[in-house]
Amino acid sequence: MTDHHLVLLRARGISKRFGGVQALSDVGFTINHGEIYGLIGPNGAGKTSLFNVLTGIYTPDAGEFTFDGLPLAHQKPHEVAARGIARTFQNIRLFANLSALENVMIGRHVRTTAGVWGAILRDARTRAEERSIEKRAYELLEYVGVHRRANDLAKHLAYGDQRRLEIARALATEPKLLALDEPAAGMNATETAALKILLEDIRRDGTTILLIEHDMKLVMSVCDRVLVLDYGKKIAEGSARDVQVDPKVIQAYLGGEVSLNLKGAD
Amino acid sequence: MSAAIHSLFDFRKNPRAAWVGLALVGVALIALPFVLAGIGTAWVRITNLAILFVLLSLGLNIVVGFAGLLDLGYIAFYAVGAYTYAALASPHFNLHLPFWVILPIGAAVACFFGVLLGTPTLKLRGDYLAIVTLGFGEIVRIFLNNLSQPINLTNGPQGITLIDPFSIGSFSFAKNETIAGLAFTGPIKYYYLLVLVLVAVVIVNLRLQNSRIGRAWEAIREDEIAARAMGINTTRIKLLAFAMGASFGGISGGIFSATQGFISPESFVLVESVMVLAMVVLGGMGNIWGVILGAVLLSFVPEVLRYTVEPAQKALFGRMLVEPEVIRMLLFGLALVLMMLFRPAGILPSALRKRELEAPRR
Repeated sequence: MTDHHLVLLRARGISKRFGGVQALSDVGFTINHGEIYGLIGPNGAGKTSLFNVLTGIYTPDAGEFTFDGLPLAHQKPHEVAARGIARTFQNIRLFANLSALENVMIGRHVRTTAGVWGAILRDARTRAEERSIEKRAYELLEYVGVHRRANDLAKHLAYGDQRRLEIARALATEPKLLALDEPAAGMNATETAALKILLEDIRRDGTTILLIEHDMKLVMSVCDRVLVLDYGKKIAEGSARDVQVDPKVIQAYLGGEVSLNLKGAD
Repeated sequence: MSAAIHSLFDFRKNPRAAWVGLALVGVALIALPFVLAGIGTAWVRITNLAILFVLLSLGLNIVVGFAGLLDLGYIAFYAVGAYTYAALASPHFNLHLPFWVILPIGAAVACFFGVLLGTPTLKLRGDYLAIVTLGFGEIVRIFLNNLSQPINLTNGPQGITLIDPFSIGSFSFAKNETIAGLAFTGPIKYYYLLVLVLVAVVIVNLRLQNSRIGRAWEAIREDEIAARAMGINTTRIKLLAFAMGASFGGISGGIFSATQGFISPESFVLVESVMVLAMVVLGGMGNIWGVILGAVLLSFVPEVLRYTVEPAQKALFGRMLVEPEVIRMLLFGLALVLMMLFRPAGILPSALRKRELEAPRR
């Protein structure tokens, strides 16, 4: 792979069918290191299906991913996480009855090693690892700005904080690619503005982002490139500016020859 | 109540009070058998059985309370441990291995059965898992009942008798002895051994809960898909929960075998599994102290009733109207219904559940 230094994720011919519904057909794209890559499309276009295929929850019927120079073939979700892809969920899936801090500590699982004997004997190495897990988890809570609620149950956090906590938990796995499924859903304008700053911080600190989002203003202002799906097919790919004037995209979103006024890019 | 217990044993906030509290509990545990022996020797045996149930509940709590996997056949592991001990320390095969060799073997055999049950049920949850585990418990009991042919492994419904008591050299746990003017009966010796095992098991459970593995169990309980996406190998971690829970059951079973001297399949019926599960749920799933309390209550209350219901009725009505056993089941059912209505998270809910109940409603 000659473009290994540039390309982080390459998808080729990804297809997935559920009964009579072709959720994804022949989708291909590449995400470069350090990009914020947007994934948009109308409801039911196959965005979340693509996420689920990528993260090993579904097995694709055809096609393959190459991640960080190596194939990502038929790996289970926990193996995908170990490879360096972390995700959040469209309908927040936190560990509701555990504290915010514990949620992030669980994110450290895949990068730590203590087993049953370590836990029972609590030797010096295990104790040191536990301390580092807790320290790192707290730092991540600070990073996303939820540290004041560290000991509160995840389900008692405000909605926006839950979204941020999910990002902190995903970051705890030290991903190379952070896949966010509608992180701004249900956020007000202030929260979305703060989220935009967080996404830019994450990218600046070296993590590539794949972003599903319906908030076009956010997508257009933060994404370097955008992939547009409709009925499981790729209909456009390119810079935010190009995509929003693409007639096919306008057709998909509005169903007619109407000009799309989505001047989000500042 | 749980808040009081937590503040009493908060070593960080109040170390002196915590040490004093711990010392008091220690003294009480040491003095207890002699106090009980004063009331009646049966009570020491009852206490020993209660401690065995506490051990069982703590083992089941790993599977049900931590990992959230409903197991209705847990008593099977107790049976496996008990029969392993009986087979290796009785005239049945004419083997008489020392107990400290057999207990780890019993734990390992039970652990193997835990994995055997866990492997095919990995994809099941809730009701479906409950049904399979229930079936597993019954299968084990039926095997024990029928494995007297073609090779007599279990001696069938007659059970195995004359099981060796624990002994180290010439020191036997079954003999009565007088040390420093105090009469140490067999049950009292076993009591101290059981308390030691209990302390060890509690420490192991506390450590497991606050560890990488314990958090992974709780993550699976809360949301399995999210747990997998966070890199938790749920297959492995669930099997680990089954294996750990089963091992504790196996060790308890071995001790049960030795204290009783006789075991038969009748000791391992479904009701016993249900009883242990009720102890876990009543006390507070996932909270180690709650589970201990639940097991102690459900072990002692029936015994107290056994000794009070008959005399009380005779004093009141001149004769016995209702059998103690019937009253016991009535009260047991009533207690569970009331619990589900008023304290659905158990008598001592786990710390986090408690916080959740106290938090202002949104």
